[in-house]
Amino acid sequence: MTINRRVFLGTTAAAAATLSAPMIARAQTRARVVVVGGGSGGATAARYIARDGGDAIDVTLIEASRQYYTCYFSNLYLGGFFDLEDTAHSYGRLAGHYGINVIHDWAAGVDRDARTVSLAGGGSVPYDRLVLSPGIDFIPDSVPGWSVNVQDRMPHAYKGGTQAALLRAQLEAMPEGGTFAMVAPPNPYRCPPGPYERISMVAHFLKENNPTAKILIADPKEGYSKQVLFEDGWERHYPGMIERIGPGFGGDNVEVDAEAMTLSIDGVVETVDVCNVIPAQRAGTIAFAAGITDGNWAPVSAYDLSSRVDPNIHVLGDSAAQGAMPKSGFSANSQAKVCANAVVAALTDARQFPARFSNTCWSLIGTEDGVKVGATYEATDEGIVASDTFVSQLGETAEVRAETYRESLDWYEAITTDMFV
Amino acid sequence: MRDARAAIGALALAALAAAPSPSLAEGDAAQGERLFRPCAACHMIGEGAVHRVGPQLNGLVGRAIGAVAGYEFSDDLVEAGVDGLVWDADALDRFLAGPRDYFPGTRMVFRGIRSEEDRQHLIAYMRDAGGVAGEVVAEADTEAVDPEVAAILGIAGDVPYGEYLANECTACHRAEGGGDIPTIRGLAPSVFIAGLVAYRNGSREHQVMNTVSRRLGDEEIAALAAYFQSSE
Ligand SMILES: Cc1cc2nc3c(=O)[nH]c(=O)nc-3n(C[C@H](O)[C@H](O)[C@H](O)COP(=O)(O)OP(=O)(O)OC[C@H]3O[C@@H](n4cnc5c(N)ncnc54)[C@H](O)[C@@H]3O)c2cc1C
Ligand code: HEC
Ligand code: HEC
Repeated sequence: MTINRRVFLGTTAAAAATLSAPMIARAQTRARVVVVGGGSGGATAARYIARDGGDAIDVTLIEASRQYYTCYFSNLYLGGFFDLEDTAHSYGRLAGHYGINVIHDWAAGVDRDARTVSLAGGGSVPYDRLVLSPGIDFIPDSVPGWSVNVQDRMPHAYKGGTQAALLRAQLEAMPEGGTFAMVAPPNPYRCPPGPYERISMVAHFLKENNPTAKILIADPKEGYSKQVLFEDGWERHYPGMIERIGPGFGGDNVEVDAEAMTLSIDGVVETVDVCNVIPAQRAGTIAFAAGITDGNWAPVSAYDLSSRVDPNIHVLGDSAAQGAMPKSGFSANSQAKVCANAVVAALTDARQFPARFSNTCWSLIGTEDGVKVGATYEATDEGIVASDTFVSQLGETAEVRAETYRESLDWYEAITTDMFV
Repeated sequence: MRDARAAIGALALAALAAAPSPSLAEGDAAQGERLFRPCAACHMIGEGAVHRVGPQLNGLVGRAIGAVAGYEFSDDLVEAGVDGLVWDADALDRFLAGPRDYFPGTRMVFRGIRSEEDRQHLIAYMRDAGGVAGEVVAEADTEAVDPEVAAILGIAGDVPYGEYLANECTACHRAEGGGDIPTIRGLAPSVFIAGLVAYRNGSREHQVMNTVSRRLGDEEIAALAAYFQSSE
């Protein structure tokens, strides 16, 4: 549903009349868009809305961290193919060049009637349109024995930055011939090939530094993204190193003990040296605080990513239940641009164009051995659906795989430029 | 300047005619024809050749670099030609071994051919199929463009729509730089359109770009071309 601009500004002004004085002045002149979360979805949305909205829209970005560490390429960092510092990005240009009001604070709640976002540091920020792109949170107790309190002993490394550095340090400290264990997450979770690219990179590291070490995966899923490509690659690069235990053999019945450093699979207890627990996931807390979730995620319209509960709120990226797109940085960036166009069109007289999305996820299996999977998508009443898909093939030449890998490096530069520059 | 270029071109030709360089003589045109298949995604050669993503290659051997009429070359190639460089066997060999090693600013997105023998086969094929400079073995039509491309060139592109559509492209294509994902700003509209058409109809293969372009109608390609041209 789209609101005619005049009506929209009219109601805002009327609502604002009951609120504090400084707000009236601002609400009457410029429409206010608040974005929560400065990651793949949020940074892109803020940048595009500020760019295309010009003087008509005031954009505020609320982001807890001063630096954004991408999860993408954190696996390559584990494998030694990328520097951790190169995964860090800051908000200087969004503030300086695009005039976005960047607030480094934690968004604690949303008052949907008053249209304000409250900040953990005190105060609140009013909005005409709110965009939420808070990523994921972990579902408590999804892996018995694990909680965020033990994430330093058993890292998830499924949010960017320090957790990846911790996992790398644990990997380096593994005893000769030791065991690296991963508890893989159930669907749906962010970055479907992510855990398996991680296994590849860990195997690469171990092959070079600790070749008698073993890798054990406990997986609650029957199958996973690009499985045949990963298994083929593991066989070629790391024969005999990796063992995956699927649901038929207890991969869905695990428990950990962080104190004892044990992993129990179907009651069989194994002592491990590193235990990477990637728990089950759900939308970021702020989506629950806003009361726009249904189950674990926030359902949205495919046409403009507006919440099915409150059309003044848009939800992007991992937190959204949008249909067929995988939860990826590429997807979040793609959704953000459709959302930005819809928000700018609703608040100014700019044109709104039909929603169209795309995604490509690259994964690195070994040195210069890259694979990819991708699709184009369109909007329907039921949600986002795929229109055309592709995936790397078994038996591609080394040249094609190397090219695919190099493409991913170019993509990384391009997408981070598209978010922050 | 033009005279100097012609003179040097003539010299190179004379050299070719008098004593074909031994390496050229080694190439096997039949094998070269097979090796030309990936080139054909972007280049035409022989009777009726027209410019596509890359220039038509008739009369290539011995002609000035980056100089054939009706095609907009990158600055690097144009400057080389203006400086008097011609496509003799050595220059072609160097270029085909690594286009970007020879001309860092070239728009030819091609990694290069490792085997020296294969390069010689290709050069022999191009000489046979397209002739050397000045000797017409096959007519090229330097004014004509591929009809599919011409149809899109005739559409007035909707720039705001193009800007919106380009949002998809900027996830991968940066404004500057990029090797395996080349920049697409500053391409001549005919080259830009020819590129998307070749991906769309499958004559140029690349999983990502085939998928991206398959859902672009003529109107959309025209809008994108108009936007990328206007955004420089
Ligand atoms: C190991 C790994 C590898 C991956 N590889 C790829 C890949 O190769 N390609 C790809 O496309 N994707 C990849 N992904 C997935 C990608 O990282 C996510 O899908 C993407 O970042 C989701 O974007 P988002 O905007 O939803 O959330 P995020 O990018 O996580 O951004 C959320 C932001 O919101 C902030 N935030 C959350 N709540 C609040 C609040 N209440 N107040 C203030 N700030 C808040 C957080 O600090 C964070 O910066 C990978 C993920 C992992 C874990
Ligand atoms: C992806 C498209 C593409 C492919 C594939 C390609 N080329 Fe090119 N080629 C170009 C473009 C574009 C140019 C113009 C380069 C410039 O202006 O920098 C060019 C220029 C050339 C030139 C210079 C022509 C002149 O008149 O100066 C030669 C020779 C050439 N290509 C040969 C080849 C051969 C041989 C192959 C295959 C082995 C090949 N190309 C594959 C796109 C391509
Ligand atoms: C997922 C990443 C990705 C996206 C999205 C993408 N491209 Fe590409 N593009 C590539 C890659 C990789 C190549 C090089 C392919 C090759 O080697 O033939 C390329 C090549 C091209 C070329 C040929 C350039 C040349 O010099 O020969 C054009 C034109 C192009 N893309 C246009 C577009 C347009 C227009 C869009 C948006 C509608 C787009 N691309 C979206 C990855 C992408």
